[in-house]
Amino acid sequence: MKTGKRQEMAEQKADQRRRNFGEVPLGYSDEQAVLEAERCLRCKKPKCREACPVSVPIPEFIGHVREGRIREAAYAVWTRNALPAVCGRVCPQENQCEGQCIVGKKGEPVAIGALERYVGDWARGRPGLGRPDIAPPSGRRVAVVGSGPGGLIAAGDLIRLGHEVTVFEALHQPGGVLVYGIPEFRLPKAVVASDVAYLTKLGVRIECNVLVGRTLTVDELLGKEGFDAVYVGVGAGLPSFLNIDGENLIGVYSANEYLTRSNLMKAYLFPEYDTPLPAGKSVCVFGGGNVAMDACRTALRLGAEKVYCVYRRSRQELPARAEEVRHAEEEGVEFIFLSAPLFFSGSNGRLAAVEVEAMRLGEPDASGRRSPVPTGNRRSLACDQAIIAVGANANPLITATTPDLKVDRRGYIVADEHGRTSKLGVWAGGDIVTGAATVILAAGAGRLAADSIHEYLQSL
Amino acid sequence: MFEILSRQVLAQGSVIVNEIHAPRVAAKARPGQFVILRANERGERIPLTMADIDPERGSITILYQVVGRTTALLASLDKGQAVMDVLGPLGSPTDIRQVGTVICVGGGTGVAVLHPIARGFRRAGNTVISIIGARSRPLLIMEEKMRAISADLQVCTDDGSYGHHGFVTDLLERTLRTLGSGAALAVCIGPIPMMRACCRVSGDFGVPAYVSLNALMVDGTGMCGCCRVSVDGAIKFACVDGPEFDGHKVDFDALNTRLGAYREAEALSYSRFREMCCRDEAGR
Repeated sequence: MKTGKRQEMAEQKADQRRRNFGEVPLGYSDEQAVLEAERCLRCKKPKCREACPVSVPIPEFIGHVREGRIREAAYAVWTRNALPAVCGRVCPQENQCEGQCIVGKKGEPVAIGALERYVGDWARGRPGLGRPDIAPPSGRRVAVVGSGPGGLIAAGDLIRLGHEVTVFEALHQPGGVLVYGIPEFRLPKAVVASDVAYLTKLGVRIECNVLVGRTLTVDELLGKEGFDAVYVGVGAGLPSFLNIDGENLIGVYSANEYLTRSNLMKAYLFPEYDTPLPAGKSVCVFGGGNVAMDACRTALRLGAEKVYCVYRRSRQELPARAEEVRHAEEEGVEFIFLSAPLFFSGSNGRLAAVEVEAMRLGEPDASGRRSPVPTGNRRSLACDQAIIAVGANANPLITATTPDLKVDRRGYIVADEHGRTSKLGVWAGGDIVTGAATVILAAGAGRLAADSIHEYLQSL
Repeated sequence: MFEILSRQVLAQGSVIVNEIHAPRVAAKARPGQFVILRANERGERIPLTMADIDPERGSITILYQVVGRTTALLASLDKGQAVMDVLGPLGSPTDIRQVGTVICVGGGTGVAVLHPIARGFRRAGNTVISIIGARSRPLLIMEEKMRAISADLQVCTDDGSYGHHGFVTDLLERTLRTLGSGAALAVCIGPIPMMRACCRVSGDFGVPAYVSLNALMVDGTGMCGCCRVSVDGAIKFACVDGPEFDGHKVDFDALNTRLGAYREAEALSYSRFREMCCRDEAGR
């Protein structure tokens, strides 16, 4: 069968977009969506669906797109994923659905992510669209802690199964990492807001400004607040620092702080918005994951003259998605591979330079990647901002206030493959269980936990 | 939205007191904890330590000086209007136990933060000796409230317009000398130079000191690390590990420097706010 060439999505040109916060890929036109949908082989045993952490019925929705039935396509996606416009944009499809696509064995795989985005965007432009069927009220109440992707997926599943769902969010806006972490140019906040609005339309209650662990405890949720089950999907929530000298100088940021200022607090619109984040002249970002790419590209857009991504291994080991790396390079981010920071130095309390040491690759470590080995060659890089994007640790607020919730030695919550924790009635998933991962893996964990919670609630 | 139940002005208009309806916070808050507020949709998130907590009314009281855009914005809100977001209670509560004699030292608006802590120590069966100070008499706040919970209250002003002419450290030193080894703890809350000087004095007498740090914050949940401070050479987050720390181990210089990180931007933001207010006034 002839499958034709994969439809290329239009993008904002690199020299323009590097200085604005508008979205980079612009989405498919109606014609492109149909042409791309026609490339799908309609496999009898769709491997793409098996590779999707939330089992979106991919061939089915693509079939609807091919026939121009976008409404039906939206309903098909919604049966398994309440966040199509989000996931279509930020999932690492190349490692999941598209990585298994049969068309991809010989040529380029069907652009499943782009099509999911197309369907999600179509639906989001139509708030009057009906909603999927909801089971009759079960009389059971579930508290979801954290409104990131895992919490939202779990909430969407549980509400459709007839349970009453309240999502508690510590920040002032729902979405978790989707609003504080991922930048506007990669995931417009209006997209998150409309996927969240879809959930509230289904009946999910969202209460912001509640920090579970402080404002309420898990025991109080199960006690006086009257919930039958709790899903903890709070993310990792504690930035890793490098623990080197000079890290408290002004100009040194965790990626979480840098991105939260820009994204959640809209510092890129300062002084129209009140939270500041001055542009750096020369910015060094440490780390090689998606968060590091987001930080690099945000720094450019805020007006930095030079942005360096400093990574201690080589290009091959970069954990970021290839597309993010490509976007960053096109925009002018310079990569400094095989370099690790030793200390920061400054004057009058402000960052002026970072000393880095050249590395070489040694034996593979626990992650299977070749580990960096110091060479002793040092040099100094002038910089007035440094952003540390080397991962996160487990935030202790919930676990410290829930004594019977078992944690591992690094403080992550111990949960089985269904998200069940050591505490009856409490499930957990996403980064607070696995350590830092991706949006869709968190969503997948939310899905599995929701199934297990449903089973539990029926047994009560 | 969190309704402002009352608004009071102290210290010749330089200090504002707001009682805010925040039942979830009030039900849980304990002395030493703080909240993060956002005045409106475009507002910054700022931390303020609670001056009082009333679980029955479901309210908390905050007290602040107008020093920039966000505090000016909060100060402009009347009773009946609302603060957009209030998150709390945040931080670890003060470790209040029966230890004997506790010296509570407060400077400026720090006295408001100190009051519930001092009251807590008093209720836990301690003898509370309080020392409060301000630049000048009209700026001194909460004198009577502090007197009511203290076995002894000493007052000073920088300009000598009331009480002892000098700094709280003078009085702290005198008190520690009088008490000999009788003081179990000093709690010092106020501007950084004051806390640093108090810790120096209490250190000379070998008396432990608690201080409450007002680091810059964004989320207040431990997620961003903006509020990191150096305590005993280690990075601590004021929002979750604090805001109270062993004052003898805090690197006050580093804290002071970090507080100035956004001085230019803050000045710009505040001047824009004042211009806007002027235009509004002129338009009226």
